[in-house]
Amino acid sequence: MNNQPLESISIAQPHPVNTSLRQKMALALVAVGLLFVLVTWASRQVWNPLLSLTGSLVTLSVGTLWYAFETYKGSLPGIKNNGVMFRSLSNRGVWGWMVGVFITAFYVCLYWFPKMLGGLVQMFDPLSMFIRGRAADQWFVYGTFYTLAVLLLGVKFMLKYRHNRYQQIRTISVMFFQLGFSFLIPAWMLLMNQPEFYFTYFWPLKYDYLFPNTVNWLTNSYAHLGVFLVFWGAVMSFIAVPVLTYFFGKRWYCSWVCGCGALAETAGDSFRTLSDKSLSAWKLERWLIHSVLVFIIITTILLWANSWKQGAILGEYSMGFSKTYGFLIGSMFSGVIGTGFYPIFGNRVWCRFGCPQAALLGIFQKFFSRFRITTNGGQCISCGNCSTYCEMGIDVKSYAQRGQDIVRASCVGCGICSAVCPRGVLRLENGSVDLMDRAKYPE
Amino acid sequence: MKIVIIGNGIAGTNAARFIRKRTDHQIIMISEESWQPYSRTALMYVYMGHLKLKDTHLYEDWFWEKNCLERIQSRVNRVDIHKKQLQLQDGKTLEYDKLIIACGSRPNKFGWPGQSLKGVQGLYHLQDLESMEGSTLDILAAGKNARAVIVGGGLIGIEMAEMFHSRHIPVTFLVRENSFWNQVLPPEESDMINRHIREHGIDLRLNTELKEITGDAAGKVSEVYTNHGDRIACQFAGLTVGVSPNIEFLKESGIKLNRGVLVNEWLETSEKDIYAIGDCAELQQPDSGRRAIEAVWYTGRMMGQTVAQTICGVKTAYKPGIWFNSAKFFDIEYQVYGDVPAVLPAHLETLYWEHPEGRKSVRINFEKNGGAVTGFNLMGVRYRQEVCEKWIKERTPISQVLENLSLANFDPEFFRQYESEILDQYNRQNNTNIRLSSKRSRNQVSRFLSNLGQQSNA
Ligand SMILES: Cc1cc2nc3c(=O)[nH]c(=O)nc-3n(C[C@H](O)[C@H](O)[C@H](O)COP(=O)(O)OP(=O)(O)OC[C@H]3O[C@@H](n4cnc5c(N)ncnc54)[C@H](O)[C@@H]3O)c2cc1C
Ligand code: SF4
Ligand code: SF4
Repeated sequence: MNNQPLESISIAQPHPVNTSLRQKMALALVAVGLLFVLVTWASRQVWNPLLSLTGSLVTLSVGTLWYAFETYKGSLPGIKNNGVMFRSLSNRGVWGWMVGVFITAFYVCLYWFPKMLGGLVQMFDPLSMFIRGRAADQWFVYGTFYTLAVLLLGVKFMLKYRHNRYQQIRTISVMFFQLGFSFLIPAWMLLMNQPEFYFTYFWPLKYDYLFPNTVNWLTNSYAHLGVFLVFWGAVMSFIAVPVLTYFFGKRWYCSWVCGCGALAETAGDSFRTLSDKSLSAWKLERWLIHSVLVFIIITTILLWANSWKQGAILGEYSMGFSKTYGFLIGSMFSGVIGTGFYPIFGNRVWCRFGCPQAALLGIFQKFFSRFRITTNGGQCISCGNCSTYCEMGIDVKSYAQRGQDIVRASCVGCGICSAVCPRGVLRLENGSVDLMDRAKYPE
Repeated sequence: MKIVIIGNGIAGTNAARFIRKRTDHQIIMISEESWQPYSRTALMYVYMGHLKLKDTHLYEDWFWEKNCLERIQSRVNRVDIHKKQLQLQDGKTLEYDKLIIACGSRPNKFGWPGQSLKGVQGLYHLQDLESMEGSTLDILAAGKNARAVIVGGGLIGIEMAEMFHSRHIPVTFLVRENSFWNQVLPPEESDMINRHIREHGIDLRLNTELKEITGDAAGKVSEVYTNHGDRIACQFAGLTVGVSPNIEFLKESGIKLNRGVLVNEWLETSEKDIYAIGDCAELQQPDSGRRAIEAVWYTGRMMGQTVAQTICGVKTAYKPGIWFNSAKFFDIEYQVYGDVPAVLPAHLETLYWEHPEGRKSVRINFEKNGGAVTGFNLMGVRYRQEVCEKWIKERTPISQVLENLSLANFDPEFFRQYESEILDQYNRQNNTNIRLSSKRSRNQVSRFLSNLGQQSNA
């Protein structure tokens, strides 16, 4: 043995009977659906939108659900992490890179070359006409795929964690909010000629909801409803966020409501082990995420000061300001790196390093919240499952093995550390008092 | 002062860490096994692909340097107590002012015919895991006839069964007793695990002992024979029949040994400035309810912390407190608090509740006289250690424990709680009418642990 830490020491092909025939058939169905999408994407035109759309969505959905069902059908309820470290997809292997490149390419088209998605947009016209009463655009295509991924892989996640009611209920919650509040309701609002409004996103994540332009547009164009929407946004940002976070921790939003969280917890579940657990990553996280938050706060204040002074401060720069942010943070960070790089950096890169909402929620969680992860006495065996499966890169073990309760700004309360712990050491809980000051003075 | 520690397992590592917390003595840890201190208990998860080896490291790489903990990867061949010197395998010597022996255990082998064949092994060190990986190739090469045989129904045996199961390798599991681990588990729990092992398709053979292992021309294991004359073709035989202190190299040292290195309550050996902790230490006078050698993780950890205090000048006796342990049998988690004997002694009574699906149970033992609770045995349900410990320590009567049973519940939020079923069962059996009086909440637990809860319930 040498001084180099070994990676996996597996030398045998760890999965001799990995995929059953039925699983392969299910995967073939998914592949057919994907092929529909790819061909339409690449050829930039569509043959019979309605048929193509139905064909691809049905095969994709049926294939995915069938695969999920086949995967967990014969197994007893329990933790299903066998082979995670050997699998190409979840371990930065060929499959991982391919999926990463595919999603990244989609994001690049989406943000900067929407014309490339022309065929797909046409294909989605029938669905868009049906629920929004207007032709599709690239954002509608994106929203539909996104929602579908959350729903289908959400079902898979629920099958995987069918012994764990916390995971089940939490997953139903994110599926509900994604489908209802991030997809259907905004679409119906458009159908009724109202603004496309997302009730579950607020400033500072939806930074422009409190920018003067948006506020003016809403209140001027939509009268009472507009005023209500502005009011809703402000109440959520300044009252609901601190109050709910006080009672339940940041998880009420990040792993129960938010759409980014929804995708990370469902489609991103296979990649949670890829998060960087090192101390240096934690340092980087604190710098980056708080910088983004500060940037947004300053931008918002400047924009208001500017509009109050009627453009005297920023002049024509004011729009450039938020455009730069939109490009760097909104598109590059949250889209391309945040989701496209799931298979490389893990499923919560954006939530951990970039999201201003997470930064704010994190500050409340760290300093004004009843939420803790309690450690069960001296039961920890330092196995490392909790840290490895923490998507936020929190070294949970380093706390648990000292008997320390965990209060970390970044914890989204997904509860996976508690689920995978083989000794029942961790429990997510809310309470007004700490157990014997253990969060502060361990051992 | 120069402190040398033989072994970098949990006992040695914890000793080093706590000595460093209080002093800046020179600290050197020696291990032949691994440069990186890692969690032995997680070996199975590396094989199963839940973890990579580096995920099992006890601390990040920078930790050792930052804390000035020197490491040597070598074997200690001899200890010279007069010169206060160690002889290392590479020919070097190393002086010490104080020596901590934390050399752990090694797997037992009972002189079975064929036990040295290739493909026959125990599971303890990292090197065992590596050779298991190597044998896995041989097993898989056997295609339809692939099979691993595991001998010995203890905690490591069942872990090994789960390991092979995770790679879809058929397992035959030979257990000498008539029910799994029934020297430790009470009959109902033991039977639950029998069923659970079989539920996973493992060929569990109770009342069965290993007779002989035979090999092929290449010296690889090919068959295992049982005491019933059964012949099982296999490519691997795991011997998991317990562990013993790994103290061969101390035989000539003059340090008093029995099965392990003998120590007093301050973890001092017969020789001045030499201490022993962890799996290899044998207490001359263990506390009541505890054994002289306890080869478990928690003992090593606590002994490491205790000996560190003593070495730093605060002489501290080893007081492990109320016994606890935990394990996981495939999908069923197991926790025990206090003494829960396999066979119920006459002065105790037991309350045993089992979920209809047969994968969860709660057992509470209490004294017939006065009802003081003495132990908790949990399967598939998580309880809070501190709460159970306090009840046991304070000899709380069963009725009061049941009233407040929710305080002990440590299952994740939204999990079904079974306290009322457990109470119902007790009430039915004893014609009582005890009702739950507190809810599961951290605030209540906190109040209870700081003793306020006690008064309000009195
Ligand atoms: C597969 C497995 C699973 C387990 N699971 C659990 C569990 O779930 N819960 C639990 O409580 N316990 C468990 N145990 C037991 C637990 O791991 C041990 O009790 C614990 O690791 C002992 O720690 P230690 O520090 O005393 O010794 P060890 O961890 O054995 O460390 C001793 C080290 O010293 C080295 N060494 C020995 N002699 C020499 C020498 N002469 N020179 C140099 N180096 C030497 C050894 O190579 C070894 O690295 C498990 C054990 C195994 C093998
Ligand atoms: S610490 Fe646990 S609950 Fe928090 S994010 Fe990590 S895995 Fe999820
Ligand atoms: S998973 Fe549990 S036992 Fe393992 S290191 Fe984490 S808290 Fe400890």
